[in-house]
Amino acid sequence: MHIDPLEKKWLYIAFGMVGLFLGAIFISALVSGIHPPSNVETIDSARLHLSEEFAEDNLGVRIQPDGTVRVTMVAGRYGFFPRHITLPADTPITFRWASIDVLHGVHMPMTNMSTMVVPGYVAEVTTQFPKPGDYPMLCNEYCGTGHDFMWSKVTVVDKQTWARRHAKTEGDPS
Amino acid sequence: MIDSQTRTLTLWNLSVAFAAFVVACFLGFYQIVERSGLFEFLKSESLYFTSVSTHGVLMAFVLTTFFIMGFGYYTAVTSLKRPIWNPALAWAGFAVTLLGTVMAAIPLVSGKASVLYTFYPPIQASPWFYIGAALLVVGSWAWCVIMVVMTIRWKKDNPGHLIPLPMFATTANALLWLWTSVGVALEVVFQLIPWSLGWVDAIDPGLARTLFAWTLHPIVYFWLIPAYTALYCFVPKAAGGYLFSDEMARFAFLGLLVFSLPIGFHHLYMDPEQGSGWKLLHGVGTFLVTVPTLVTGFTVLASLEIAGRLRGGKGLFGWIGTLPWSNPMVLAAILAFLMLILGGFGGIINASYALNAMIHNTAWVPGHFHLIFAGTTIILYFAIAYHLWPRLTGKALYSRNMALVQLWTWFVGMTMLSTPWHVLGLLGQPRRISEVTYNSLLTLAWQPYELFMIMGGAVLLGSAILFGYILVKSLGNTVAATDPEPAYAQPVHPPRGLPAWVENIKLWNVVIAALMLLSFGWPIVQFFFLKTYDSIPWGY
Repeated sequence: MHIDPLEKKWLYIAFGMVGLFLGAIFISALVSGIHPPSNVETIDSARLHLSEEFAEDNLGVRIQPDGTVRVTMVAGRYGFFPRHITLPADTPITFRWASIDVLHGVHMPMTNMSTMVVPGYVAEVTTQFPKPGDYPMLCNEYCGTGHDFMWSKVTVVDKQTWARRHAKTEGDPS
Repeated sequence: MIDSQTRTLTLWNLSVAFAAFVVACFLGFYQIVERSGLFEFLKSESLYFTSVSTHGVLMAFVLTTFFIMGFGYYTAVTSLKRPIWNPALAWAGFAVTLLGTVMAAIPLVSGKASVLYTFYPPIQASPWFYIGAALLVVGSWAWCVIMVVMTIRWKKDNPGHLIPLPMFATTANALLWLWTSVGVALEVVFQLIPWSLGWVDAIDPGLARTLFAWTLHPIVYFWLIPAYTALYCFVPKAAGGYLFSDEMARFAFLGLLVFSLPIGFHHLYMDPEQGSGWKLLHGVGTFLVTVPTLVTGFTVLASLEIAGRLRGGKGLFGWIGTLPWSNPMVLAAILAFLMLILGGFGGIINASYALNAMIHNTAWVPGHFHLIFAGTTIILYFAIAYHLWPRLTGKALYSRNMALVQLWTWFVGMTMLSTPWHVLGLLGQPRRISEVTYNSLLTLAWQPYELFMIMGGAVLLGSAILFGYILVKSLGNTVAATDPEPAYAQPVHPPRGLPAWVENIKLWNVVIAALMLLSFGWPIVQFFFLKTYDSIPWGY
């Protein structure tokens, strides 16, 4: 078998590059704990209204006992419900998603709040928003002819303003 | 010149492929114009999604499958120097694939299957669409069997000889396609068809997506291997040189065969129905499969450098100028490389476990695969067509200059189309939308890019029409082809001392089976242990 010395060098470089990329990925995953939404949790999409968590009255933004914020939302043709939410900046926020009908995808452009919402499964994403502002929340998976009309709105305000104005109205009912 | 049986078979397969391609290019141009929102009278969501579904099926399933079958028959006959084994089976495969195409096309164009080529249950299409798609795949299995049998028989008759490189690649591709198509076949046969016929009420989209992911990545290597075959086997000779390394070419094809299969979950990074460990495992495999492509880049560039220096090129870069840029095969290879470098860079971002969240399902993704598939792969399909046409018809190409213009315009058009597409993705535009008027200021930033994409699409459509025109005109050309013999590149060093396991088909099947069991075994079996809730069918 004949492998040219130059080609051998190139192979080392190629494997080196792959190793470098994979190293970066493993560090961000295992050290910083950055994972895509992968909670493998099932739910009956036809009976969301009967479920505790995704019943209409329980949707929206809540403060958890540990100070983090949880957002429970339903995706359905053609919108994300509640249609408008207000969130604090620089705070860990956990989104929990369920679909009421078909496949949807949700993405807030310029952020890594992105997940598929597959009927029959709960999707969970935890992230933070460093920059206050108005963000669209867009459906990014074909879900029917109204797909491009499927959006909702997220307003991110700074932590103090949020705690003063929004935490009470939208916050923990207790 | 090769026998008339093979010529007819190859010409028919290629003709169906390219007819589908030209039709799909018209649809693509319509889509770009419609979605820009600049022409109010064109607006129609239902027509748009009918068009997107048809464009996807024609390009990804019809063009590719027929092209690969046709090219494979030519490769087998010319490189093994023996007639097609069981031509009746080859024609039967062609007929079944064509029947499946027509069966799927009728509901598609009549708007009864606007579910995109990725199917997307629980949105449901007409059962004819799923049955047609299944037949399309089953017909292509006949081709796989013929390729593998011809190789095995040739090996038996030529002990101690290496399988000729073009056939080595084609056999690897036939095995790859058999393994690849099992995932989508399981989804269609056990889930979609019974559900669309009403035999079962509900479907598990999580399982369906997992099975489709099995197919979704290696299928792009099924499309790409013929392009790589041209790079290794045609380009060095067309450039006036030799293949730098026959051995490394074989390892590259083996690498693609083995590592493109167990990695499909990078399409499911953002999906909730698979756990993070499995995604990470598939992510590692995704990075490993870049190695055969990096090897290909090196070997083919080195072959081009040898050719350029043999033609008198001096200095570090002088050999680039002395390459025969007016040879369609060489020009296509150079342009394909430029697009592969950029597309490969984008692919590494897509494959990145965490970074993927920023671009998943945004306009970046169609930008990426148009650059790699419609750019790199298709431009080499064009070059293969120009290479084969005189050898199949006995008539010279209608106009070599027109072919060069066609290749350049395709490259320019694809650059103009896919660059703004990537940018739009970074600006948050979702893919698969029929219009861009969201209730957000963000969309204002999108408008100039939409305009640029329309211009790129127009150039591409013109290039596609020119491609069809050249091929049709060549059929009626009165000038005979000057050199109708096959023209395969010779390696610098004849391959020697390759271990027997390189050509051991059984061994590679066992390796693939083990890797597939490892990476897809539990992720599929879990659906039978989880308490899952299936979905009823939905319209669109």
